[in-house]
Amino acid sequence: MFVEDQSYFHDVATLMFLPPSLRNWGDLRVMILLGVIIAILAILYLVGRFLGRQPEGTINPAIVRMFQQRVQAWWLMYSVLAAGFLLGRVPTVVLIGLIAFWALREFISMTPTRRGDHSALFWVFFVFTPAQFVLVGMGRAYYPVYSIMIPVFASLLIPARITLSGDAKRFLERYAKIHVGLMICVYSLSFAAAVLDVEIASERAADVDVSSGGETQGEPAATEPGAATPDAVVNVVAVSVEARSPAGLLFYLVLIVQLADVFQYAWGRLLGKRVIAANINASRTWEGLVGGVATAAVCGVLFSWITPFTWWGSAIMSMILAVMGAAGGMTMSAIKRDRGVTDYGTLVQGHAGVLDRIDSLCFAAPVFYHLVPLITQLR
Amino acid sequence: MSLTTNVLSVVAKLLCGSSVRWVDCQPETCQRVYFANHTSHLDAMILWSSLPRQLRIVTRPVAAKDYWEKGIVRKYMAESFNALLIDRKKIKVHRSPVELMIQAIGDKYSLIVFPEGSRNPDTEMREFKSGLYYLSKKRPDLELVPVYIDNVNRVLPRGEIIPVPLLSCITIGPPMWLENGESKTTFLKRAREAVQRLKDV
Repeated sequence: MFVEDQSYFHDVATLMFLPPSLRNWGDLRVMILLGVIIAILAILYLVGRFLGRQPEGTINPAIVRMFQQRVQAWWLMYSVLAAGFLLGRVPTVVLIGLIAFWALREFISMTPTRRGDHSALFWVFFVFTPAQFVLVGMGRAYYPVYSIMIPVFASLLIPARITLSGDAKRFLERYAKIHVGLMICVYSLSFAAAVLDVEIASERAADVDVSSGGETQGEPAATEPGAATPDAVVNVVAVSVEARSPAGLLFYLVLIVQLADVFQYAWGRLLGKRVIAANINASRTWEGLVGGVATAAVCGVLFSWITPFTWWGSAIMSMILAVMGAAGGMTMSAIKRDRGVTDYGTLVQGHAGVLDRIDSLCFAAPVFYHLVPLITQLR
Repeated sequence: MSLTTNVLSVVAKLLCGSSVRWVDCQPETCQRVYFANHTSHLDAMILWSSLPRQLRIVTRPVAAKDYWEKGIVRKYMAESFNALLIDRKKIKVHRSPVELMIQAIGDKYSLIVFPEGSRNPDTEMREFKSGLYYLSKKRPDLELVPVYIDNVNRVLPRGEIIPVPLLSCITIGPPMWLENGESKTTFLKRAREAVQRLKDV
């Protein structure tokens, strides 16, 4: 199946039209996925418009509004991903870093800290957050540093810095708030950026290399006659080695987590009876969770072509992502209920904030990052 | 409006991520006195930056001379915000702050004032000083617009130098005026409550 795909996409002329950045780093599959996502989003947008125009009383306007807001947020999210993808790896890391910075900002704005935390907050915002993403941006080799900097160094330094201000009131609580904010918004999310450095099993890459290389040499007639120079052949092989670039994995992560979120909501509305914990989130039900996880598995199979996983490996991964996403959503809901707000954005304005949109991603990203090598080996 | 002014207001907006809500009030260029709670040095800058451009041109924040004349940077910033600097220490009888304000606004400018007098480290607002009362007594045509500034004190608390970029919120409420024959205490109390009410809107 993969081989067929490749012979089709490796039309040399097509590759030549692409900007050099894409030929080197990119992946045609991701481009196709991008196209598919944009088409789906366009359809969703039109559906939202259509629903908005329905006469009053037929549909709950609150649901329509929520639907439209979500679609809007996805447009933004995928424009960011697409822009980052087209520009290259480092801009993607920078963009995710900015999102993390904003999410942390929302988190800390919502949780009350005291005057004495000011300098610790300075460290959090201007030292640890940028440092984490700089390290991730510097690549895989720095994994031993960025995987422990926040959980170990920051978690020891923050309380020590707070003590210098001499304010002991609710000390443990303040320390916990700052540290949790840093862990969820910055550390966890930084693994979404680190996904770009995931080493896809070399065996698999070699596989692809051989198959497509062999094909190009075996059937020179399939390529454009004028472009079938040795140069172009080398180019094709180079691209096919990159065929399942980690950018595809990042898309996969975001896509599956978001889809699982939506399907959990949808199943919950359709069949939901047993609420998981009404005091934390009244709209999350067991039926929704199971339905969402099952649907995520189906999506995982459908999108397995973008990943290095087998179709059933992809299904397992999608189910894990769906469960982690639900865990993230529940955890963040609990924090919000504790603070007495419904959306992180409400403290800013009437609509949901960045953190409301990425809470599930924050929980799924580090798990995804660490499971990729394992799931890749399943076959 | 100079380039620095624009740059500074963009920086201020980014730093405080301020969202601005106009509640029962429209951004208009008529002469107004915006009065707000005061918790941080950034207050004047943030409030001024969050006004629409046409309003910014005709609005002058009233600020403390002793703070904003110290050093070239602060002086330059105060100039670019078109701040009206008032000496808090040497108040003369014929050049009282209110007189200065009235002179400065003429029939064109609006003002941003902080009737609490100085930055307030507590969560509860202080009593208002009487300047607002005398100002509106002399110029009853000025619209008095209450403003509540939330969270800026966490961005730059009293005594700190480096700001931390948290999100803040500015709520601008419905205009009010000095009622006929209203006493100073009742008026100041009413003004203070008008600001306080915006906290929960």
